[in-house]
Amino acid sequence: MNIVVCAKQVPNSTQVKTNPQTGTIIREGVESVLNPDDANALEAALALKEASPGSTVTVVTMGPPQADDMLRECLAMGADDAVLLCDRRFAGSDTWATSNALAAGIRKLGQVDVVLAGRQATDGDTAQVGPQLAERLDVPQVTYVMACEPKDGKLLVKRQLEDGYELIEIGTPCLLTAVKELNEPRYMSVRGVYDAYDKDIRVWGLDDIGLAQDRVGLDASPTHVFRSFTPDPKGKGVILEGSPRDVAGALAADLRRRHLI
Amino acid sequence: MAILVMRDRCKGCGLCVDACPFGAIAVEGGLASILGNCTGCGQCVEACGFDAIVRAEGTGSTDLGSYADVWVYAEQRRGVLAPVVVELLGEGRKLAGALGSRLCAALAGSSMDALAGELVAYGADLVYVADDPLLADYTTDAYAKVVCDAIAAHRPEVVLYGATHVGRDLAPRVAARVGTGLTADCTGLEIDPETRRLKQTRPAFGGNLMATIVCPDRRPQMSTVRPGVMDKAVRDGGRKGEVRRLETSLAASDIRTRVVEVVKSVKETVSLTAAEIIVSGGAGLGGPDGFELIKRFADAVGGVVGASRAAVDNGWIGHEHQVGQTGTTVKPRIYFACGISGAIQHLAGMQGSDVIVAVNKNCVAPIFDVADYGIVGDLYEVIPALIEEFGKAAS
Repeated sequence: MNIVVCAKQVPNSTQVKTNPQTGTIIREGVESVLNPDDANALEAALALKEASPGSTVTVVTMGPPQADDMLRECLAMGADDAVLLCDRRFAGSDTWATSNALAAGIRKLGQVDVVLAGRQATDGDTAQVGPQLAERLDVPQVTYVMACEPKDGKLLVKRQLEDGYELIEIGTPCLLTAVKELNEPRYMSVRGVYDAYDKDIRVWGLDDIGLAQDRVGLDASPTHVFRSFTPDPKGKGVILEGSPRDVAGALAADLRRRHLI
Repeated sequence: MAILVMRDRCKGCGLCVDACPFGAIAVEGGLASILGNCTGCGQCVEACGFDAIVRAEGTGSTDLGSYADVWVYAEQRRGVLAPVVVELLGEGRKLAGALGSRLCAALAGSSMDALAGELVAYGADLVYVADDPLLADYTTDAYAKVVCDAIAAHRPEVVLYGATHVGRDLAPRVAARVGTGLTADCTGLEIDPETRRLKQTRPAFGGNLMATIVCPDRRPQMSTVRPGVMDKAVRDGGRKGEVRRLETSLAASDIRTRVVEVVKSVKETVSLTAAEIIVSGGAGLGGPDGFELIKRFADAVGGVVGASRAAVDNGWIGHEHQVGQTGTTVKPRIYFACGISGAIQHLAGMQGSDVIVAVNKNCVAPIFDVADYGIVGDLYEVIPALIEEFGKAAS
């Protein structure tokens, strides 16, 4: 099987903090990491490869040159190959445009049986690129995949729902997006780390993937950021007073008014 | 819209470099330079002290005037409307009012007549129904086809979906096929009266940054909307509306997945990180039996049980329930901290919660510094009252 994993380099988001004076995001000392859901996607790809000897796992990302580090981490975990889609003309792509670039890059790789991606990235939280990529590649999709096993030449996957799951059978080629319940991503191996630095990462620009400029980048993106702002800091909390029954009533009323419960 | 640096004004001071959340600006040769990973968010425009960074507006061409009406995708599973649909109809009514257009619902499924009537009662002027046995189970292929066909045939100006596991599967696929923009997980929607643009506000970076997104040149303008945020529409059984059947041209071969079974599971399998509501107990419980009360409270509010390190170290409850630096970091919609003083290690794991409710005997406990609602009192008196109060709503 030829397996492709789509990955994204994201800021280590638990460390994202805003400067209360300027309202901007503090970036100093914030490292970039492999998006957590994408690590689950990669682990699932490696497991599929192990179940089907002779398979290959190729990691594809669109990003700046620094994404090289993340790709080497993926190689050290066991991916065979990595491709970096990198071109200033990709800049500012929204999910619609990003899926165009990824689809063009994946098509250039030739026949692909399974595309795996994380459900969503922690910086944007959109969960849109996976399904949009599936549409571009004209393959069926299952999102929120929490279990996946090969069965009779197809895949049997569990799709997570808010109140349970669906068991779905899907043939190849297909695209799956992974949630963290899918597996426990393996660590990089020492041997893998050594080998990762000897491998060549292919870097493809717009012309390499044969995509027209009006399909990717800021100007091609249907959505634009009109404005961005930091949310108002939380106001000081309130202390509810009175008998237990009174405070319970007041709390419930307020939480319901705010549609929190 | 692209971000441009005005070379004659830029002093190369680097304020924009510090402001950029994406590390997408560098000072090269004494001038700011926008790098390839710029997302156009505009933080640098605000930060620049010399008006040297500007946005360049894009130009568009689609025939925008031929699109009309606000649509709500009426998600149903097994004949039951998703609760978010009533919220979308509430919000959709406001948007339709601002646009002077109709509010429509798009419903797909099998044997949908009764639900179509419900949608009218909740305010839909017109319900489009795709009714086909092949739509009995949700499949991306079948549902995307009928929704895309309906959009192509009737050209709505706005389409709203719930940001559920189904909406977030369907809407991006539709957006890619229709060739329009989609904004994920919106928490605020507003019509700009001059341009008729839908201003879609959503959190990014785990809520540390809010962005308002527009889709200037393509139609329909589409959003997925976070459940539980918008005001619900009010039901009126006497309301009149039109129900119109859509022609579907589905074939079994269009559907490339097969739903083998749908399994409902109980709350216990929900992990702390995915929980919307968490009820945590700490040292103030006084012993393992206290978690019986915490469990009953969690059941009453539909939440999951958490614990402080002190409670776990005392052996009152398993480590898998621990919230905090050495346990799990959580970000629920509501976090109830019961008998937890609020050690810094605990706060680190739950401060990101949308709303924090603290119950503690000690009025100077640090937990009250982060709490949105504080209740100073004996939790063995307060929690039973809370269970009674919240239990009422559930029944």
